[in-house]
Amino acid sequence: MTDTNDTNAGGGAEGPDDGPARRRRRVIGTPPATGPALAAEDPREAAEAGAAYPGMFHARPEKEQRSGERWASVAFLVAMVAGIGFFVAYFAFRIGEHAPEGSATLAARYSNFGLGLSLAIALLAIAVGMTIWVRKVMPHYEVVDERHDPPSGGERREFGDYFMKGANESGIVKRPMLRRTLLLAMVPLGLAPIVLLRDLGPNNIEVLRHTAWAPGPDGRPRRLLIEGTNQPILAAEFDSPGSIITVLPEPDPGEDGHEGHLSLTEQAKAVTLLIKMRPEELALPPERLDFTIDGIIAYSKVCTHVGCAAALYEQTTHRILCPCHQSTFDARNGGEVIFGPAGRALPMLPLAVDSEGYLVAVSDYPDAVGPSFWERGPNFWERGNEHLDPEEGS
Amino acid sequence: MNWITARRRHPLMGYAVVFFALVAIGTLWAVLAPNADRAEARTQEAGATQQDLAAGQALFEQSCSSCHGIDGQGRNGMPSLQGVGAAAVDFQVSTGRMPSMNPDVQMPRKPPVFTEEQIDQLAAYVSTSFGGGPEIPASVDPDEDYARGDIELGQRVFMSNCAQCHNFVGQGGALTGGRFAPELTESTPEQIYEALISGPGAMPVFDDETLTPEEKLGIINYIVTVRAEPDSGGLFNLGRLGPSSEGLVAWTVGIGLIVAAAMWITARQREND
Amino acid sequence: MSQPTTPPKALGALGTYLDERFHGSSMLRTNMRKVFPNHWSFMLGEVALYSFIIVLLTGVFLTLWFRPSMLEVEYTGSYAPLQGVMMSEAYASALHISFDVRGGLLVRQIHHWAALIFVAAILMHMMRVFFTGAFRKPRELNWLIGATLLILAMVEGLLGYSLPDDLLSGVGIRLMQGVALAVPVIGSYAQMFLFDGEFPGEAIIPRLFTVHVLLLPGIMLALVGAHVLIVWIQKHTQYPGRGRTESNVVGTPMYPAFAVKAGAFFFFVFGFTALMASVFQINPIWLFGPYTPTSISAGSQPDFYIGFMEGSLRLFPQWEPLIFGHPLSLSTLIPALVIPGILFTALMLWPFLEAWITGDKRQHHTADRPRNAPTRTALGVTGITFYGVLLLAGANDLISEIFYIDLYLTTWIFRVSLIVGPIIAFIVTRRVCLGLQRRDRDELHHGYESGIVKQLPSGEFIEVHQPVGADAAVELRSKVASEPLEIRTGAVDENGVPDPRTRSPLGKLRGAASRWFTRDKVDFDEHDGGHGDGHAAVEEGAGSGRAAVSSGPSDKH
Repeated sequence: MTDTNDTNAGGGAEGPDDGPARRRRRVIGTPPATGPALAAEDPREAAEAGAAYPGMFHARPEKEQRSGERWASVAFLVAMVAGIGFFVAYFAFRIGEHAPEGSATLAARYSNFGLGLSLAIALLAIAVGMTIWVRKVMPHYEVVDERHDPPSGGERREFGDYFMKGANESGIVKRPMLRRTLLLAMVPLGLAPIVLLRDLGPNNIEVLRHTAWAPGPDGRPRRLLIEGTNQPILAAEFDSPGSIITVLPEPDPGEDGHEGHLSLTEQAKAVTLLIKMRPEELALPPERLDFTIDGIIAYSKVCTHVGCAAALYEQTTHRILCPCHQSTFDARNGGEVIFGPAGRALPMLPLAVDSEGYLVAVSDYPDAVGPSFWERGPNFWERGNEHLDPEEGS
Repeated sequence: MNWITARRRHPLMGYAVVFFALVAIGTLWAVLAPNADRAEARTQEAGATQQDLAAGQALFEQSCSSCHGIDGQGRNGMPSLQGVGAAAVDFQVSTGRMPSMNPDVQMPRKPPVFTEEQIDQLAAYVSTSFGGGPEIPASVDPDEDYARGDIELGQRVFMSNCAQCHNFVGQGGALTGGRFAPELTESTPEQIYEALISGPGAMPVFDDETLTPEEKLGIINYIVTVRAEPDSGGLFNLGRLGPSSEGLVAWTVGIGLIVAAAMWITARQREND
Repeated sequence: MSQPTTPPKALGALGTYLDERFHGSSMLRTNMRKVFPNHWSFMLGEVALYSFIIVLLTGVFLTLWFRPSMLEVEYTGSYAPLQGVMMSEAYASALHISFDVRGGLLVRQIHHWAALIFVAAILMHMMRVFFTGAFRKPRELNWLIGATLLILAMVEGLLGYSLPDDLLSGVGIRLMQGVALAVPVIGSYAQMFLFDGEFPGEAIIPRLFTVHVLLLPGIMLALVGAHVLIVWIQKHTQYPGRGRTESNVVGTPMYPAFAVKAGAFFFFVFGFTALMASVFQINPIWLFGPYTPTSISAGSQPDFYIGFMEGSLRLFPQWEPLIFGHPLSLSTLIPALVIPGILFTALMLWPFLEAWITGDKRQHHTADRPRNAPTRTALGVTGITFYGVLLLAGANDLISEIFYIDLYLTTWIFRVSLIVGPIIAFIVTRRVCLGLQRRDRDELHHGYESGIVKQLPSGEFIEVHQPVGADAAVELRSKVASEPLEIRTGAVDENGVPDPRTRSPLGKLRGAASRWFTRDKVDFDEHDGGHGDGHAAVEEGAGSGRAAVSSGPSDKH
């Protein structure tokens, strides 16, 4: 070992210098080989000429190598069998429409498990085999590689000179007009890609203020329809205190006379949480009581923080909670924020009852729903409004 | 003892101690934790006889009246039972929430104290004596009929009205004030129906006017189908809690295994030359 | 060991062919004997590289079936509970991959697990580089590339999370919209441009798809290439040890041993990812249902790498002042943009900041032991604590539910810990580092406790201390190398005149920062250390190691 100036110096630790086991675990370098390492009878000596790093004898004892080879081969064979298992699993586990009726999830599970496990075993067996190969069959040694010194100051100066000579030769230094006009020429081209992105979207931000609750073309206030079932709600029948339901505005009738459809984009703004509580539980200033019908009160279901569905209503505390960031609004007093990051109250939808007794929205939300945006302005009530003007929101 | 003394400095001893401690805690927890057996229950006050009512009264006075009052008016902040109805009683008692020794903000599910018959008697007594409340219509038996519910509609209504508290497959979720929306993993179809119409605790009410019985059966069908569904993606569903538990597993199991492999590959070896 | 063999004819021919055209033989040979030090923590970057490759491979497979379209269709696939439900084509095709393409579910799950492991590995790798000081000159630029890759990986993951258009995805996109709207002055327009109109519109998923599969992977691939190339050119750092100096690197040569090690490790990473994908269900999109803006699930969380932003959004209190009638959504802006901005800026600037503070312009190729740079280590732990509190706060509803803690109380606990936790972490870590240094010093000078107890003739019991080994001594001594060379700002020259650089406010700040950063009282050269405890000082084995470490090209400038 000491005869090779190229090997890791850490390998040649002298015995007495090395602490006992506890210490040794943290020692850098390797304890000396204690096996039979007598050069004279070492068959590995012959290998020296064939080593990748000349001057080093480091073949493992043949016995160790052979055992390593055997174990690695076992691992590779396992990998091959598992790899074949992957194909078997692929064809054996039918899924989707080929799966037995009504067991799509179970079929998917078997397929996933069969394919995944055989793949994992194949990959891991190769990994194990290669690790055994490198640890037991291949010689282990560390070599030293010299780092190159960082470039010297002289080299750097040389490069600077060379660069400046070239720059002078090109005329870019001496001829400012050339330089400046070239820069000028680049400016519009540099801006072009940004201009090209202009058509990414419209800039009509006023739409952010309006929802599908605004009365339809015929001026008729829109009914509240239960989301999912599309049923209108009789005010008199929505009478169990503590009730809630998610509602959407009645859509305009479809062009072909079919039932109208509200796009997801409209739903995203118009979705509303309808709550029934005992009228005496409401704590609203009189002007805002106009928005409610006998303890029925409607809030935008879009959180004013970043727009998740503020959907969680506790009938005992009358809190509306957004499950995303836990902004909490008080449903009794007009949706004021009582906890969490939301910046302002949930907008209230002004409710009324139509001639047939169904709940309708008098107008659109008087405030923009959802997260605040720069142009939004102060809230409806902060603008000094005393009463709802049906035109206001629409 | 000598055996232990001799080995207590062994490098693996620390791990062994931790392992045994974990096993011990786990065993203790398994013994002490409430077990899941419970009887099925269903309101049947329709056929309640005078004897049933008398039996129900006896049960009420023995187990309920100390908090809710002999007159069912409630006392000391305990809720009144006026107009709660049989469905609410059946829900609370059959899920083991009532009677409670330890009234708290949250009544967790427990094995029921009373038999099915006793619960029926109690429900009949409460609804006759303190006024009826919302009931499951006689024409609907959720435990039998839920499978006819429209699962597609149920999915949509569940997501827009239930998932915000109970999570996308009914694993429950946090509420304010230390309350939580319970898991729906053990609830029977009837209990889900009763909860919908009676609104136990902080849960809002979904009466038969807002969601018709058929629509409720759709929700129930969705819940029951999805919770019973085998997990396609693997043996472990990580609690069906979403990305949080997945992140935890990626860091512990994933990075753990990979780092172990890296340690094996780079482990110090004897230089053999 | 086999007998030396001549290369197979084909290989020889190929070598000749290439050499005649590129003159590559000698260069190739030099590079093939590139040396890589052996340590498991040096493999973390490889985990990131391999999981990136796995993500690329599986991602290509997924694009063969995935349709990035928001067109509404009725689901007719195999998953029964959703049959007949209206959903976007994107979601329907993601369901199709999961239930009707053999191996589709597996590949989807491998893709997702590998993505989580990718980001986790980057974070682990970064911690290793930070705590060992491996970002120092000459590696600052590679640190910048790495930090950029972390950010890109997070964005890439977030976009991937958003693509299947399930209920969780949609909430993520909704959040992007909310944050875009909160930007002052241009926010509303930015949102309109991003979504081609309002949320959700019909453009966002196709757009995110292009960015997710083309733009970001392309940039990341280029940066990963540059990152690896720089490591290749600069050669790897190494831990201190005998025979290891600042001017060499000791380890396994690339060819053949390290190549096989790296290959084995790739198969390990891939294999474990596949194992996880077959055993642990991840992102069961069919349970979430299609996205609809009217719905939300309890416990809606992002993948862990976005968790810290989620947490910071949850912790920040209500704050939305009106500026000349314009609402300024600080409770969105600060947690979603400013805090991550500060975190990442600090992360990226740190190598330059530390070099400025210490005035250290040397080349560093030997890794610091974290204890030997107590202030840096403490700062790192401080940052991790801050990040960790935010990450946990992102799951505060689950914590509240599982441990029966009031939801608002968890928020308050996290708010307080966010401020107090990092401070405590800093103080404790620094103390621990200094304590470990003292222990190192004692071990170096007095040997280590052997566990052998002897009774002296006088009846007294003593524990025998034994000298540390030579290798250990080098390691224990390695602190010497980390001492900065800079003339302390605030110092005076031989005439007693203060260095002019120390007079400016910036100079004073620098001096103060420098004193604070290196305020490190454990002196390794103090042999007796003032200990009067009667142990014989042991000197053997300490000298040689020290010489090895300090013989590097330490001061070229």
